[in-house]
Amino acid sequence: MTRNRIPAVARFLRRRIWQVVPVVFGIALLNFLILQLAPGDVVDVLAGEAGAATPEYMAQLRASFGLDRPLPVQLAYYLKNTAMLDLGFSFRQNMPVLQLILERLPATLLLMIAAMGCAVVSGVVLGVISARFVHRAADRAVSVFVLVTYALPTFWLGLMAIVLFSARLGWLPSSGMTDIGADLGGFEYLWDVARHTVLPALSLATFYLAVYTKLVRTAMLEYFGADFIRTARAKGATETRITLFHALRNALLPLMTMLGLQLGSILSGAVLVESVFSWPGLGRLAFESILARDFNLLLGILLFSSVMVTILNIFVDVVYAVLDPRIEL
Amino acid sequence: MAGFGPATAQTVGDTPVRGGILNANIQTEPVGLNSAINPTMFIGEVASKIMEGLVAFDADLKPVPALATRWDVSPDGLTVSFDLRKGVKWHDGKDFTAADVEFTLKEVWQKLHPFGRSAFGNVTEVETPNPHRIVLRLSAPAPYLLSYINAYGAQLLPKHLYEGTDIVNNPYNLKPVGTGPFVFKEWVKGSHIRVERNPDYWQKGQPYLDGIVFRFIPDAAARVVALQSGEVDVSVGSALPATSLGQFGDASKYAFNLIEGNYLATIAFAQFNVRNAPLSDKRVRQALAHLIDKDALLKVVYLGYGKVATGPVPSSIANYYTSDTRRYPPDPERAAQLLDEAGYKADANGRRFKLRIITAAGNTQNARTAEFIKQALGKVGVDVEIQVPDFATFLRRVFTEQDYDLMVSSMHRMPDPTLGVQRIFWTQNIRKGVPWTNGSGYSNPRLDAIMEQAAREADETKRKAQIREWQQIVQEDVPLLELVEPQWYTVSTVRFRKLALQGDGLFSNWADAWLEPKK
Repeated sequence: MTRNRIPAVARFLRRRIWQVVPVVFGIALLNFLILQLAPGDVVDVLAGEAGAATPEYMAQLRASFGLDRPLPVQLAYYLKNTAMLDLGFSFRQNMPVLQLILERLPATLLLMIAAMGCAVVSGVVLGVISARFVHRAADRAVSVFVLVTYALPTFWLGLMAIVLFSARLGWLPSSGMTDIGADLGGFEYLWDVARHTVLPALSLATFYLAVYTKLVRTAMLEYFGADFIRTARAKGATETRITLFHALRNALLPLMTMLGLQLGSILSGAVLVESVFSWPGLGRLAFESILARDFNLLLGILLFSSVMVTILNIFVDVVYAVLDPRIEL
Repeated sequence: MAGFGPATAQTVGDTPVRGGILNANIQTEPVGLNSAINPTMFIGEVASKIMEGLVAFDADLKPVPALATRWDVSPDGLTVSFDLRKGVKWHDGKDFTAADVEFTLKEVWQKLHPFGRSAFGNVTEVETPNPHRIVLRLSAPAPYLLSYINAYGAQLLPKHLYEGTDIVNNPYNLKPVGTGPFVFKEWVKGSHIRVERNPDYWQKGQPYLDGIVFRFIPDAAARVVALQSGEVDVSVGSALPATSLGQFGDASKYAFNLIEGNYLATIAFAQFNVRNAPLSDKRVRQALAHLIDKDALLKVVYLGYGKVATGPVPSSIANYYTSDTRRYPPDPERAAQLLDEAGYKADANGRRFKLRIITAAGNTQNARTAEFIKQALGKVGVDVEIQVPDFATFLRRVFTEQDYDLMVSSMHRMPDPTLGVQRIFWTQNIRKGVPWTNGSGYSNPRLDAIMEQAAREADETKRKAQIREWQQIVQEDVPLLELVEPQWYTVSTVRFRKLALQGDGLFSNWADAWLEPKK
């Protein structure tokens, strides 16, 4: 980025951040209204799970949770709390929503960043190989590989990985994020977490891998025929230099677009993979809060992710400009 | 299950080993750890290691001392007294006394616990003549009371931490302070709960384990692998799918315990909405009963883990169960004849009428039972549409909107029919909007009178006769098809041992549990 672009970035950020406010508010309103369509409430589920209830107790719970108030009043309270960035209280879990989310956030970020990072790096490598050796054996092998991993359901792949690497071979732990029994510190702890992350991250990465590989391959093939590549060849640049510095850099743009879209899913987590690996992430928390009709918690998670997604999108726009100086902010 | 006889014996041992952390797994992460207000079984499975009740139940469901050392019911049934164990301390060092029992009974069980309101409903006065004795005065005999005073039915809370607080939202519901063999250590939501040995436990020498980690593994297949790979030592309360149990058949590696859920006395059933025609006609319900081959259902859906149910009281409640009820052997011809008599003759295409079966998503056995019933009913021209909404929607549809024809589910009948069974059939318990009440809409004044009589009958012989008649009436009227008594199974590695098995073992405190050294 050149020096004179910095004020442009600042202006861009100021403008975009103001746009975030109405967007997030609209999302909050929509979330609240849509959730009202779901039959049953958190008290129904609590009483249903308990296996017995009395009408008096259910009425008492609804009153103490504020569910007996008319809908417009509940909505007003919710919007007021949203405006004050107060995510509320989960009556089911008996904890503040923000605390529940923050407890799960590190696990979610670790899993998703590891999975996406792994998918992007191997997607680029495989895409480059495919494009470089197009229609040759290497290209076909890559094609078959990514299509197979994409077609297999991630939860099934995860389960098979557990069966092989945990149950049969005993190399890697099957569930959780840490070895709960052992009190580890420092590097031992990091090593333990890394071992726990391998299988879920790799299983999840297979879901993204195929798309990235194919995107990079297609984009690079397009650029291989472009004028500026011919010029580079004419200048006598090596094929490696052309592939990596001329074609790949340009091919990264469509990749960024796709990544930007998918970053949104980082915070909503990955319900299936989290379930299979007992990973304490946000995806499962959201899923369970739907089943339990724990709408304070669900609304909190939705709001939190919508804020993060809008911010990440702004960030992606800035990265565009860095990759391609022609793009104006 | 004759084949499991030898394996069952392995869970019990007589030479305890001290030390070690037990890794346990239950099916679903609980929402809190206060069984005194919420009888969800997943709460009880964990909380019972930390908090205790007045008694526990042995393998024959007879009470054995826990925090009460003696109990006594007066001949007229109007006075129940308990001698409390001396020298017991809460985990924070305060003494456990009769004041704690009085407080929990009056402020928690009677006011907040869904069964407690009925179980302790007749208690009008509580006396505590000294810190180790408590006397309950009753307005009418409550013969069922002694069946509900274990750690699951009536968990004791420390008065000094709950008095004057909002009990439902008290922070100690998430970090309980009890008298039990294990002290609460940490709860990482979505991951695990950890408890540690209580060094001052009243039972000298126990517990044997240094601690327990309860791990929450949401995926059923992953739970199977966790036990196989040794990451989990014991999987409690049918947390593993029945279809996976074949993988644990090696008796040199794994042990089964099949009596620990007897206390819950669960029956899986299909409930008719008797408000809707044609199900309002008893003959139609009897006809449909004749179409279900329960033996086949037990084999196909439950893979043999259980028993065929013959009435509303399960056979494990030996005190009150009677096999002398009307049976409906599979007989499609008789069924067709009954339907014809009721005026539901087959049309030109052989079809009679259509029913909607509803069951909650997430329970494989209930879903497969619904499919089983659909096939069976189709044979005589009754068409079935299966609906599988999520749990909350299911509850609303059945108990609030009453918009269903047949509901497939299971319910804990509990050790005493007055509390666990009466609620399903009692006219006064038809309560719109309240889950697990009389959802069929069935009402029979004669049965109501018998059930009400049995609830306050002090004479045990008379009460047995009343409850026998009650079972016979229900099986004649069939507002519910009682299908199978599923067996609760706990699967462990052979390293996991206990001194004794309990009928309420899902809620045993594991003070007497240990891990054999690794070979």
